[in-house]
Amino acid sequence: MTAPAALLDLARLGFDNGAHMLVQRGLQSLPVRGRLRVRGTDPSLGVHLRAWCRAQGHGFSVDPDGGYDVVRGEAEERRWAGAERAGGPTPAGIVRHPPANWGLAARGALVEAGGPTPGFDIADRDVVWADLAPRLYAHAAAAQWDPATAVDWAIQDPLAPEIETAVVQVMTYLVENEKAALVIPSRLLARVHPHFHEVLQLLAVQAADEARHMEIFTRRALLTGSDMGTSSAGGRASLHSLLDEPDFSLASFLLSVLGEGSFLSLLGFLDQHAPDPVTRQVTRLARVDEARHVAFGVAHLEHQGRLDPTLRGRLRAAVERRHDALADTAGLNADVFDSLVLLAAGSWTPEAIARGYRAVQDLHGAMDDGRRQRLHRLGFPDDEASELSALHTGNFM
Amino acid sequence: MPGDVLVMGAVAYDAKVVTIWEGFRRWFRAAGLPFDFVLYSHYERQVEDLVAGHLDAAWNSPLAWIRADRLAAARGRTVRSTVMRDTDQDLTSVIVVRTDSGITSVTDLKGRSVGTGAIDSPQATLLPLSLLRASDLDPDNDLSVHHFDVGVGLHGDHIGGERDAARALMAGEVDAACMIDGNHLLFLQEGVLPSETTRVLAQTPVFDHCTMTTVDTGPSELTHRFIELLLSMSYADPEVRPLMDLEGLHEWRRGRVSGYGPLVDAVDESGFYGRDGSIGDAGYAP
Repeated sequence: MTAPAALLDLARLGFDNGAHMLVQRGLQSLPVRGRLRVRGTDPSLGVHLRAWCRAQGHGFSVDPDGGYDVVRGEAEERRWAGAERAGGPTPAGIVRHPPANWGLAARGALVEAGGPTPGFDIADRDVVWADLAPRLYAHAAAAQWDPATAVDWAIQDPLAPEIETAVVQVMTYLVENEKAALVIPSRLLARVHPHFHEVLQLLAVQAADEARHMEIFTRRALLTGSDMGTSSAGGRASLHSLLDEPDFSLASFLLSVLGEGSFLSLLGFLDQHAPDPVTRQVTRLARVDEARHVAFGVAHLEHQGRLDPTLRGRLRAAVERRHDALADTAGLNADVFDSLVLLAAGSWTPEAIARGYRAVQDLHGAMDDGRRQRLHRLGFPDDEASELSALHTGNFM
Repeated sequence: MPGDVLVMGAVAYDAKVVTIWEGFRRWFRAAGLPFDFVLYSHYERQVEDLVAGHLDAAWNSPLAWIRADRLAAARGRTVRSTVMRDTDQDLTSVIVVRTDSGITSVTDLKGRSVGTGAIDSPQATLLPLSLLRASDLDPDNDLSVHHFDVGVGLHGDHIGGERDAARALMAGEVDAACMIDGNHLLFLQEGVLPSETTRVLAQTPVFDHCTMTTVDTGPSELTHRFIELLLSMSYADPEVRPLMDLEGLHEWRRGRVSGYGPLVDAVDESGFYGRDGSIGDAGYAP
């Protein structure tokens, strides 16, 4: 019998009070098959140490001179034999293709081999990543606001009934669009490998943003009445075509870069022409959030475009595909268009309506400018950017 | 066809038995061993089927091993203890009393009540009662023995009887309770036995637990490969490690019979089984 390499005195500590921790610590300092002599005065020490050693795969014997000998077994070493670090904890430690069994493990954790392999199908760093993601998430987390207090919901002067109706119609349309904008990142979120956790965090906050937008637009619509406006089949068809896009980058492109990008112009228009303070506040609050969503979409696609020369061709095909799919639909809900004209006009005089109509034409122009600029940033030459922007849905998003 | 597949019996003492042996079956078949298993509701029928040649192997409790050995010998057959878990070797059981009971030696139990596990539990009934007999206490006359019969037929693989005995000890319904050493620690950790309220009065000599039992009617080549494959299972293999964790082992070891002496004595003292493997205890109804 080899001499013990170490001696551990547990004093009165028993296994019903944590003695296993000291034994384990003592064994960790020894090699496999190393011998630890354990002494102590707890009356059940021998009974419990024997049972614990057996359960842990360590050898146990009674020392004739008093105390017990524990021989370190191999089980723990074998358990961790194939373990690997799940990348590193910071974004610099992200690996391009994380294995499925890293799944829910913290990034940078020592991951025991085996375990479940959740089916996160979006598992390529370059399909989801943007270096801006951690900063955008930090900004998004800091910029959350409470709908109850961020808006002064008190009605000062009631609007003329038809103007109020126009506001309700526009709000109804916004809620519909925000629903799609909530569902799309939520679906993507459930598919992205959690190794890219900054992207998950960002998508989660993005969904939370849209949840708040749905709340404030609904609340504004119902501020003076109890009915919402209309929802057209064409408008819903346009949004539905976004839900059908399974590719992360293409969905992000259609939703964030083109759709929410166009929405920035719309929300700016509503801020400018809002007939009451509540409408102005809710559109302004939403616009700040939407600008962040657009920034992530653009940053992600810029990142991917640098790595994938085929990306632009795929983006172009996605726009064309969506255009073809929507060719037989009506585009923007006519009630929404007329409501926007009336809000910009402010009254029913022919001059005012003409002014409002021009303002909505200008809005279309502003949306087109914005889309072309963002397409330009993604590397599309001017003529192609103009062509693709023109193919974007008439439903704005 | 019989002989083309190695058929093993296992007792379904818990739902996890299905997970374990389904997983092992996949692993065996991937390694080229045609393997099936049959689940039994208790050990007695499993042992009878093994000796009758309906099974090629049986994952046996220690008590089931003894009966298989006796039944086989009575019928001119041979069974072998082929592999065991590392955790099946060198176990002990304890007899526990309350710290404030005033009971300081085994002989103080004379005239007192002792709670045991199920009637067929090697570790919580047969072996502790044998220990008391060694101290000249006759369980039938000197003691009032209360069996906590949970999962009769499972040969003590159901922990419930031991836990009930421990609860009865704390409730003052019995003066001593019998359990395997690891369960004494578990019941302390669970709070069933509050810390420092109980004391180990006596501990049995070491004994061995389950064994993979094979029979000479089985296909020898498949049986040999079955044993070698079990012995080759590595805790470092992430595919089988979760199954080994569920089955409670770190490695399979070659089977031995040297650790069954105390239980053989206990069985004979109590007449639990006859020398020919017949069931002797009238109160035992699996």
